[in-house]
Amino acid sequence: MRLTCPICGERDRREFYYQGDAVALRRPAPDAGDDPWADYVHLRDNPAGETRDLWQHDGGCGAWVVVTRNTVTHEVLATVLAEDAARARS
Amino acid sequence: MRIEGKGLIDRSKPVRFQFDDIGHTAYAGDTVASALLAKGQRLMGRSFKYHRPRGVLTAGSEEPNALLTVGRGAAQEPNVRATMQEVYDGLEARSQNAWPSLKTDLMGINDLAWPFLGAGFYYKTFMWPRGFWERFYEPIIRRAAGLGGLSGQNNPDKYERAYAFCNLLVIGAGPAGLMAALVAGRAGADVILVDEDSRMGGRLNAETYEIDGMQGHAWAEAVVAELQSMDNVRLMTRTTVTGAYDQGTYAALERVNTHRRLRPDGAPLETFWRIATKRAILAAGALERPIAFENNDRPGIMTAGAVRAYLNRWGVSPGQRVAVFGNNDDAHRTATDLAAAGVEVAALIDSRPDVQVSDASFPVLAGAMVTGSTGRLGLTSVMVKTANSERQIDVDCLAMSGGWNPTVHLTCHMNGRPTWREDIASFVPTPGSVLGLVSAGACNGDFSTADCLAAGAEAAKAALKELGQKAPRASLPKADNTPYALSPLWAVPGKGRAWLDFQNDVTVKDVKQAATENFRSVEHMKRYTTQGMATDQGKNSNVAALAILADATGRGIPETGTTTFRPPYTPVSIAAMGAGAQGAGFAPQRLTTSHAISIEMGAPMIEAGLWYRPSYFPRKGETTWRQSCDREVGYVREAVGVCDVSTLGKIDIQGPGAAALLDFVYTNMFSTLKVGRVRYGLMLREDGHVMDDGTTARLGKHHFVMTTTTAAAGNVMRHLEFVHQALMPDLDVRFTSVTEQWAQFAVAGPKSRALLNELLETPVDDDNWPFMACGAVTVTVAGVAGRLFRISFSGEHAYEVAVPARYGESLFKLLVARAESMGGGAYGMEALNVLRIEKGHITHAEIHGRTTAFDIGFGRMISAKKDCIGKTMAAREGMIDPEREQLVGFKPINAKKELTAGAHVFNQRDEATRVNDQGYVTSVGFSPTLGHFIGMGFVKRGSERMGETLRIVDQMRDLETDVEICSPVFFDPEGGRTRG
Amino acid sequence: MRFSGLRVLREGLTGNKGWAPHWRDPEPKADYDAVIIGGGGHGLSTAYYLAKNHGMTNIAVLEKGYIGSGNIGRNTTIVRANYFLPGNSEFYSHSLKLWEGLEDELNYNIMHSQRGLINLFHSDGQRDAFVRRGNAMAAQGDDAVLLDRDGVRKYLPYLDFDNVRFPIYGGLLHPRGGTARHDAVAWGYARGADARGVDLVQNCEVTGIDIENGVVRGVQTSRGAIRAKKVAIVTAGRSGQVAAMAGMRLPIESHILQAFVTEGLKPCIDHVVSFGMGHFYISQSDKGGLVFGGDLDFHASYAQRGNLPMAEHVMEAGMTLMPMIGKAKVLRSWGGIMDMTPDGSPIIDKTDTDGLFLDCGWCYGGFKAVPGSGYALAHLMATGESHETARGFRLDRFRTGRGLIDEEGTGSQHNLH
Repeated sequence: MRLTCPICGERDRREFYYQGDAVALRRPAPDAGDDPWADYVHLRDNPAGETRDLWQHDGGCGAWVVVTRNTVTHEVLATVLAEDAARARS
Repeated sequence: MRIEGKGLIDRSKPVRFQFDDIGHTAYAGDTVASALLAKGQRLMGRSFKYHRPRGVLTAGSEEPNALLTVGRGAAQEPNVRATMQEVYDGLEARSQNAWPSLKTDLMGINDLAWPFLGAGFYYKTFMWPRGFWERFYEPIIRRAAGLGGLSGQNNPDKYERAYAFCNLLVIGAGPAGLMAALVAGRAGADVILVDEDSRMGGRLNAETYEIDGMQGHAWAEAVVAELQSMDNVRLMTRTTVTGAYDQGTYAALERVNTHRRLRPDGAPLETFWRIATKRAILAAGALERPIAFENNDRPGIMTAGAVRAYLNRWGVSPGQRVAVFGNNDDAHRTATDLAAAGVEVAALIDSRPDVQVSDASFPVLAGAMVTGSTGRLGLTSVMVKTANSERQIDVDCLAMSGGWNPTVHLTCHMNGRPTWREDIASFVPTPGSVLGLVSAGACNGDFSTADCLAAGAEAAKAALKELGQKAPRASLPKADNTPYALSPLWAVPGKGRAWLDFQNDVTVKDVKQAATENFRSVEHMKRYTTQGMATDQGKNSNVAALAILADATGRGIPETGTTTFRPPYTPVSIAAMGAGAQGAGFAPQRLTTSHAISIEMGAPMIEAGLWYRPSYFPRKGETTWRQSCDREVGYVREAVGVCDVSTLGKIDIQGPGAAALLDFVYTNMFSTLKVGRVRYGLMLREDGHVMDDGTTARLGKHHFVMTTTTAAAGNVMRHLEFVHQALMPDLDVRFTSVTEQWAQFAVAGPKSRALLNELLETPVDDDNWPFMACGAVTVTVAGVAGRLFRISFSGEHAYEVAVPARYGESLFKLLVARAESMGGGAYGMEALNVLRIEKGHITHAEIHGRTTAFDIGFGRMISAKKDCIGKTMAAREGMIDPEREQLVGFKPINAKKELTAGAHVFNQRDEATRVNDQGYVTSVGFSPTLGHFIGMGFVKRGSERMGETLRIVDQMRDLETDVEICSPVFFDPEGGRTRG
Repeated sequence: MRFSGLRVLREGLTGNKGWAPHWRDPEPKADYDAVIIGGGGHGLSTAYYLAKNHGMTNIAVLEKGYIGSGNIGRNTTIVRANYFLPGNSEFYSHSLKLWEGLEDELNYNIMHSQRGLINLFHSDGQRDAFVRRGNAMAAQGDDAVLLDRDGVRKYLPYLDFDNVRFPIYGGLLHPRGGTARHDAVAWGYARGADARGVDLVQNCEVTGIDIENGVVRGVQTSRGAIRAKKVAIVTAGRSGQVAAMAGMRLPIESHILQAFVTEGLKPCIDHVVSFGMGHFYISQSDKGGLVFGGDLDFHASYAQRGNLPMAEHVMEAGMTLMPMIGKAKVLRSWGGIMDMTPDGSPIIDKTDTDGLFLDCGWCYGGFKAVPGSGYALAHLMATGESHETARGFRLDRFRTGRGLIDEEGTGSQHNLH
């Protein structure tokens, strides 16, 4: 499996660390209440198909990357820096 | 029988090898199979269940019968295909799964019991008497099962792993693959051409086809020579592509030196390749399928293509008098080739009634079928039934062909399913099954040589176009274009046993019985009968088996479907895939700068994650580690001790946003920390549990150095990057791991300052270096710019001094020498542990991932003034429940009693059962300071139970001790020694 | 038909003509008392125990493929009860007791082989953790024996004691741990349930769950609508998709776990051996293949196939621990879909919808749980109360933080358990 780090280019899977759903970028406000927090930390859409998740190029530049990919075919559709995705949100 | 004038072997190079301790002479280029057949030895193995005598069925890696053990001693290798093992001088091969000998195998008795050993029989029996399975039945079954044996000794051979990168990977060097590589190579593409065989050419080496007027193998040789001359083409023989993975990654196994007795020094036996390519062409050819008829498994019965291969490639006729049985035109070539080579062809038996062969020099029986065979250890005759007669024909070899199955495997490794093609009665690859891969030639259902060449060229052109390269104009060589026609024949009707899966002894009867018992799904049938689960993974039998299942269940073949194709295509040794890991190679070894000197001092080094740390530093006269440990604890409590703490994670944090980031990752405030000071920090995971702890020093307004535990260094670094990049991208801050760059030593004990002041350019005192002070920028230690922190894990007046790693060893030596002159010395992990337990300092034994700040009494460290990672979730009701297990200390009531970590805690009179469990012990040590064992651990409502007497029970070590629950801080609870 | 050695003999002598289907292939009825979605190990055992323990026989198991096509058909067959946290301890202990009588119970030889499982440890800290585990097992009434280095050597002389990267300090032996023939477990439960009147409906995909006013009414399937008073979602690997039909989001992320089997070999590994530092475990099947595996591939996936990095890592671990297996050849690799939860432990619970039950989140440990899970879920479905062995498997523990069962201590990141 190979992923494209937006900074370093295409690299082997083994250079990357996987965290989970990119929902992690959407941290609720501290006072958002129980439901949003329980959702954020635990619940997942977990789609069989296209998903966005967070990887770190920890064997390379250290960038956190939002990867859009298919969980059934393992096709990688897009990669962007988490930093940019986070900025775009705010 | 060797045939003069035939074959691609080198008759000028005789080779001596042994099979079952009998010496044979073969020629360079032979396989064990061809060499034994040349000697008339047809018996080469025994089947798995019935121990039926078996010879070769094929001439390739799909061989299910002729499995041998090669080599001796530690290097012995089981389950080697005789068809793939090239002979070399001194090769020793032995038959396997037979006792006492291949000819006389006592387990052959199973064959007589076959009516009781049919599909799934073991699910229905061996249940009585209860409990006899493990004791009686299973050991017998295990001993009888298995094929070859491992040596039981450590692997003695070298293996390697390697990466390769290319733009076009061509898998298979038959006519299609060679043509594809040629077209792409001439266009200048970066090509790797891989073939399983020792010699490129594929079926061209096994046939008598001509291409452009040359013998097929000669044409292949010429193409290979041209490819070899190209810098942009790499050729890999003896290399099997074993798996297709995501984004153009392919696995391949190269048998680098399995064909030699003596290997060049350091050269590996096998290399496991990971090949990353932009495009791939599968040109893997096709595998011929047998026909099921009664006793179709005798030595001497093999596929028709295998007979041609032995004849044309190795100059061997597998029999003196051969019959050919097929349902397709291709089988006729076997009869023709044999006859042309002067071998007696007893009959060509074709199941198709309307078939005609012109100019045949042998009897042709159209509309006929082989219905049975004779010969216990080797074929002696076949029974042939025609429309109106039945006769027995004496032969010692039968070449059979049920048609060809395209080698679709790799196209199915990523969940692709093949497509049924009625005209060739075979599955072909479904286009697009593996992104970037196209199939060409026989593996795609194009069987004639001309079609293969054309398909190879086309596939290469298409790939070049996608790679943005121009394809050169090339005319196709002229080649045979005989159409391939067949009429499906899976099993000849009959009452006896007709084999499908030769190795696993699955017969047509078994498949039918499975269907009767409602194992109608092809997966059920496979799993119930073990069809296709042998070492050939059904390459020789799956299609026929599912055709029979389809028939038995009244469905079509496509509707019945296939089982799943899984990597590897052919088996791969664990040593190759795991090359480099044997011994210490499994994980990196991280060494501190004091490693060598510690070993010199006699310290046993123990693993701390990937690091090694000294356990203790023994002195003359000490006979137990406890003596050393007690002494070292004494250094720190009474004089001064020195300990290498470099393995702790050190993260350099710089930038205007540093303080804000630290406020967010730590539960407590860091923005208020003064420059030149150090603070202890607690870090939570977002789920509210403790992640790590450590001290962070502020070296400048925008410059911090964070210390993590040894175990969590990597995780914390990643966490910081995550928090910054994903949650606070606008903060201007950067992190650098400097764990390796700084050597850091704890200097601890009442005389620590005195020691340091001998080395520091500017002496320190309580005013300029109070507790929790740190070097604002740098201090000069023994003439080297370094850092000084007044922090203490031992609870004594202590410092940690850091210097660039290159000075680590000399500083350690210096510190230890000075300490020794002051009545102290170096201390190791054991003493460090005792010291920290005496002070109630936690490690990951306590913050083991399930503890909250509340549990360890640090609830108040979660600042109310700010948000931080984990704050919200740490406030959940379940996380601050008073019923939770909380950190406490344990003191034995009887001071002589030992405490053990891992023991559980119970109320004094309760039985040691789960429902009575009150907690557990996490850390223990003998405190020489206090003169008894002390421990830490967790107890339900622990903070309310100080002074209570409980019982700790260690059933694993047969120990029970009454303990008093106390504060985990056993020594100097006021902290006067640390500050003073 | 009762299976026995005698029956095999009699059939053998009369041409094996008397064998009958192990289960029927009934058409689905329009109405059931209970419907179980998922014909894997857990679904089948649930049906079996509903019928046997609770007399509920007007029930159906709906399976989209063939019976046993999920993780019960693609695991490493290990059966053990060596957990250490409350919630898990009592459950797996009970499950193992059910395993121990399963051949008799089902009249099917599932080849449960209690050959002993040894977890190796490689530091003093790990020893302490395993002692804690062993003591928890003992307190639960299960068996655990602490072995020192020489003790391990006696059982596993073939390990590389001298050169292994992480030296072997000792091991925790669980004598009653072992393996079983995975497919046979599914078939045995299927046959047992079928014999008690349960309809096993294969090739029947559930496409919707009918809920009215918070009460479950039945399911929509590829073979038509089926009414049911109770519906259980027992579809580990696809839990999220099926739960979504009932409007639920689950605390689950799906991950691949690869496993491997070698060619057949003469007996060489007699136990189940687990190497924590390398995330590697291995046993040898009765047929002779070495069956082994390691950690997750770590990225969310439904592909049921893995990639090379983890496959190679598993081989590496095998090579450092027991280099005698080097010349064994991997015959086949496969991947299962793991329902990974935020604490690594499963869920057997009611849902907010009346009559709708959930059995999921088995992470990589579902096989050994098959008897216990079916037993507990059947109890919950029949009585409305959690079975005493499964009270810890509540869905709301993640929300409240109360009763989390995090054996690995790795927290809410799903793939780290």
